[in-house]
Amino acid sequence: MNILELKNLTKTFGGLTAVGNVDFEVPKDGISGLIGPNGAGKTTIFNLITGVYKVTDGKIIYKGQDITDKEPYRVAESGITRTFQNIRLFKKLTVYENVLTACHANADYSLIQSVLRTSKCRKQEKELKEKADNLLEIMGLHDRKDLIANNLPYGLQRRLEIARALALNPELLLLDEPAAGMNPDETVQLMTLIAEIRDKFNLTVLIIDHHMDLIMGICEKIMVLNFGCKLAEGTPQEIQNNPKVVEAYLGVEG
Amino acid sequence: MDLNYILGVLTLAGINLMAVLGLSLLTGFTGMFSFGHAGFMAIGGYTSAMMTVKFGLPFIPALLIGGLAASLVSSVIGRLTLKLKGDYFCIATLGFGEAIRLILDNVQYFGGARGWPGIPHYTQLPNVIILNIIAIIILANIVRSKHGRNMIAVREEELASQTVGINVFKYKLISLMISAAYAGIAGGLMAHYMTFLQPKMFSLVKSTELTIIVIFGGLGSISGSVLGALVLTSLPEILRTFAQWRLVIYGLSVVIIMITRPSGLMGGYEFTPSSMKKLYTRMKNKNKGLPSQMEGGKTV
Repeated sequence: MNILELKNLTKTFGGLTAVGNVDFEVPKDGISGLIGPNGAGKTTIFNLITGVYKVTDGKIIYKGQDITDKEPYRVAESGITRTFQNIRLFKKLTVYENVLTACHANADYSLIQSVLRTSKCRKQEKELKEKADNLLEIMGLHDRKDLIANNLPYGLQRRLEIARALALNPELLLLDEPAAGMNPDETVQLMTLIAEIRDKFNLTVLIIDHHMDLIMGICEKIMVLNFGCKLAEGTPQEIQNNPKVVEAYLGVEG
Repeated sequence: MDLNYILGVLTLAGINLMAVLGLSLLTGFTGMFSFGHAGFMAIGGYTSAMMTVKFGLPFIPALLIGGLAASLVSSVIGRLTLKLKGDYFCIATLGFGEAIRLILDNVQYFGGARGWPGIPHYTQLPNVIILNIIAIIILANIVRSKHGRNMIAVREEELASQTVGINVFKYKLISLMISAAYAGIAGGLMAHYMTFLQPKMFSLVKSTELTIIVIFGGLGSISGSVLGALVLTSLPEILRTFAQWRLVIYGLSVVIIMITRPSGLMGGYEFTPSSMKKLYTRMKNKNKGLPSQMEGGKTV
């Protein structure tokens, strides 16, 4: 079963076609990859799915429902969360506050109730705090929860961004270059982490990355983009042996 | 110095504080600058004065109606302008504030530019203090709830806020409406303190004064706003003996504070029982010559 389907997805900026007629299905509970040279339109696809950009043409179907051009916060509510290529944390807040803010979907007390600090408000606040603590524990960030997010080492900032995304109880997690700037050792750690959270949180994961060991190591299905168009799609083996993909990355021989 | 004079200055500081508290939510916690809050004060002031003078309503309901009117107007303005990013919103509020003043200049029902005398003198120091305490409690409760944290998230990073499910537009609008309600109530307090209203009282200078106080006290700190309002309202009065030099000294002291403490007097910190306790233990450790990080450093 597919959790996400892109149908004939197109996005143009003026005369430039950033994404052109892309069809892609993301199977549920799997880890899928999105690769391609720089400027191929990978991040644009993430921005279209999450509603940051408006779709020019085509459809995005999530769990059988059309979510094309929904507001980003509605997409998040429906169960799709993401991380960013250039980390976007709440930089001046603590690690704990970053995760706590993302937990808010679990509380539904109103503004008036928060002004009066009713028992419902206090109870839900307590639950939110427990959930945030719990999540930081799982992600191994608990001992640094009072640090300002911006002061975390780079690798942990990536980890925190994933923790914040998980706080929303997502069903589909979009990771935009999670291994960017990491050394091979950290990349291996990240791979195990992604596999772990997939099993623990029952997630479907879609990853953009340039680290081929990461992509080939954990993805079950891969789509290759080049100049906004789909170049190839298939299992890691099929992609590695595809002459068109080799050509896009390395150029034509002689 | 005359006691009544000191009480008068404190009352004025309290009235300013009410408006500053609201602006603190908008600017300090939600990260949006407004140069039109004098406009909301004007709406609240004229509406509540109309309620007491023309309809004979008691003081407190009149104040609340003034705040509500300002809040309703802000929701209309907000719907039109909140999609604007950063500086553009700021310019829109500036235009709004001036427009309100110019409209009031021409409404003869309220006396137009000549002003409106004979408003009953209801505002006293005790009721200003009580209202401010209630206002601070409400604000503190909002800020430490999920709604307040959503506003802070919007201030920090708009795009990330949206991807964690925060309706950025809604929270900006709520923040604007609450801050306009505070400004409206402050306007009502001012009308019933001065017993006279004139559109000139709500000029751009008033709006910038409020914004200066919020920044001076420290963005994102309620106690900073309180401190800022008390210091910056009473400073020109204390300096009255310096005659023509007083505004120069006022300006210089604002500049010096902003250079030496760029994030404001309180720099985002709050005066709360728990923060005082922390400060106390840190001071104690320092006196013993035992930096608090030492213990943490050894375990790593």
